[in-house]
Amino acid sequence: MLLVILQGEISPTVGRGGGAIPRASALKTSPKRNLGDVVFKYTTLMFAVIVLSLILLMAYEMYVDSKPSILKFGWGFLTGTTWDPVQENYGALPFVFGTMASSFLALLIALPLSLGIAVFLSEMAPSWLERPLSFLIELLAGIPSIVYGLWGIFILVPWIRSSIEPPLSGYLGSLPIFRGAPYGFGMLAAGLILSVMILPIVASISRDVLKAVPQSQREASLAIGATKWESIRLILKDARSGILGATLLGLGRAIGETMAVTMVIGNRPTISASLFDPGYTMASVIANEFTEATTSMYISALIEIAILLFLITIIVNMLARLLVWSATRGKL
Amino acid sequence: MKTVFAPTLRYYRRKLTGGVMLTLSALSAVVALIPLLLIFFYTISQGFDYLNLDFFIKMPKPVGEVGGGMANAIVGTLVLVATGSVIGLPIGIFTGIYLAEFGNNKFGSTVRFMTDVLSGVPSIVAGVVAYGFVVIPMKHFSALAGGVALSILMIPTVTRTTEEMIRLVPHSYREAGLALGIPQWKTTVQIVLRTAFPGIVTGILLAIARIAGETAPLLFTALGNRFWSTSLDQPIASLTVFIYDYAKAPFEGWNKQAWTAALVLIMLISILSLTVRIVTRSRYAQR
Repeated sequence: MLLVILQGEISPTVGRGGGAIPRASALKTSPKRNLGDVVFKYTTLMFAVIVLSLILLMAYEMYVDSKPSILKFGWGFLTGTTWDPVQENYGALPFVFGTMASSFLALLIALPLSLGIAVFLSEMAPSWLERPLSFLIELLAGIPSIVYGLWGIFILVPWIRSSIEPPLSGYLGSLPIFRGAPYGFGMLAAGLILSVMILPIVASISRDVLKAVPQSQREASLAIGATKWESIRLILKDARSGILGATLLGLGRAIGETMAVTMVIGNRPTISASLFDPGYTMASVIANEFTEATTSMYISALIEIAILLFLITIIVNMLARLLVWSATRGKL
Repeated sequence: MKTVFAPTLRYYRRKLTGGVMLTLSALSAVVALIPLLLIFFYTISQGFDYLNLDFFIKMPKPVGEVGGGMANAIVGTLVLVATGSVIGLPIGIFTGIYLAEFGNNKFGSTVRFMTDVLSGVPSIVAGVVAYGFVVIPMKHFSALAGGVALSILMIPTVTRTTEEMIRLVPHSYREAGLALGIPQWKTTVQIVLRTAFPGIVTGILLAIARIAGETAPLLFTALGNRFWSTSLDQPIASLTVFIYDYAKAPFEGWNKQAWTAALVLIMLISILSLTVRIVTRSRYAQR
């Protein structure tokens, strides 16, 4: 009896197209297809193809536009330290350095804070506090970059110049990172403002990753006598790949950030160890000089910087997405 | 038998470390709110002086003259956002529909992944690309180029929210439609999309809020314009580029107006986000 039912279930001998579950994918194999269905499917498919080809098209467009510069400077473009539009000699190293230095400085400040927030939101805060607090922190992500820049120029930079840099150079001036004149505009200001800007994304994704750790992990560690903090440490350890992904997403954001950094970093293509010295980032040089670029070689050098920026952010983002995906949708 | 719990020094140390770390993490949440408060405080207090009717209906005045407004920039921002939406929304929405309805295959997940990656592309790069796509062939800066740059930035957000919202529609809705003999595409358009509509609108508004605040992709596409223009063929003013120009300028009156423009921009974006919250709340209330 049971066997018969089972057999009946295993081999449904119903007519074609009338499978057990009318899923969308099952329907498309039915022989009588509605013309509208075909048109609809291929219309949407066409747009999906557009989106997929957009990235390739973007890369191709920039490659074509920057070809003169790529051909002329080759790999030397990456290691050249002079940026001289008059002599038509372009090297991107100061900008790559500026981008990396400001982004890592931002991560250095934002990462501990974001982790603290994520732990607070996912492990400690009661739900009546968690939701408004998450909303406020995500509000930070909604403020346009230009408004950060405006605030940076008129509030943050004067404050750094008067209250942060003088004591730092007074007490720690012997260290190379705190050497130089306190202008306010420079790497420190850029790093600070970037850290505020990437904080929401790192914090909110870390929170999601922490929340994806099963409740039983917490219960298990508490049951064998761990304190709350020791249990959180174990959870952080479980979530580390997702947190790394969140960090990389923040890094990607910081690398591509343009306006706020341009307005506070000082915009001078130098490589300096001091946080007080002005710098220049890849995004800033494009923003500042693109409309002033008069010769085609100048423009193509700027577009080559844009390609570099594009490739770096794409690689960082791919890594980040893979890590976050596996942490929140995979086994955990 | 009596069990005695004798706290050791080690126990107190563990408790203390825990207490310190938990306090620090609660504190970091407070620290994060400080810049938020400061930015809102300064934008409102500095921008309030010039916030009057003139700001919305008058044109910018030359240096030295007091007053004037940014009517052209406000309209310019609206034109740019509208252009970006006209290009970006269909692409985003249709791709979202494809991913939700037909995207359970390798091609679908590739598109999904690439959309996520596209959302991380810096906005300045979108500007450079739009420069290559539009400005070079047209040989001059234009509002259209700005719109193209903005559309590249909104496609990922719209695609992913559309997909997620369609996936939230219960499968029984589709089955009910199909069981009545309605073709699949009509089921999708008239039943599934209609159910997911509030969610999709949310995604669209979020994307619009994002592109309305963009500056970098407009610098060398839409360029900016001190005069009245709504033509797609001409350079066009925008609030964000005005903020940039006025913030860098060495005139105090202009600096103040930059703050006012920032205030107006934040108000515009807040209205959009508030609408999103209201829409999503009424959506949750339905359930």
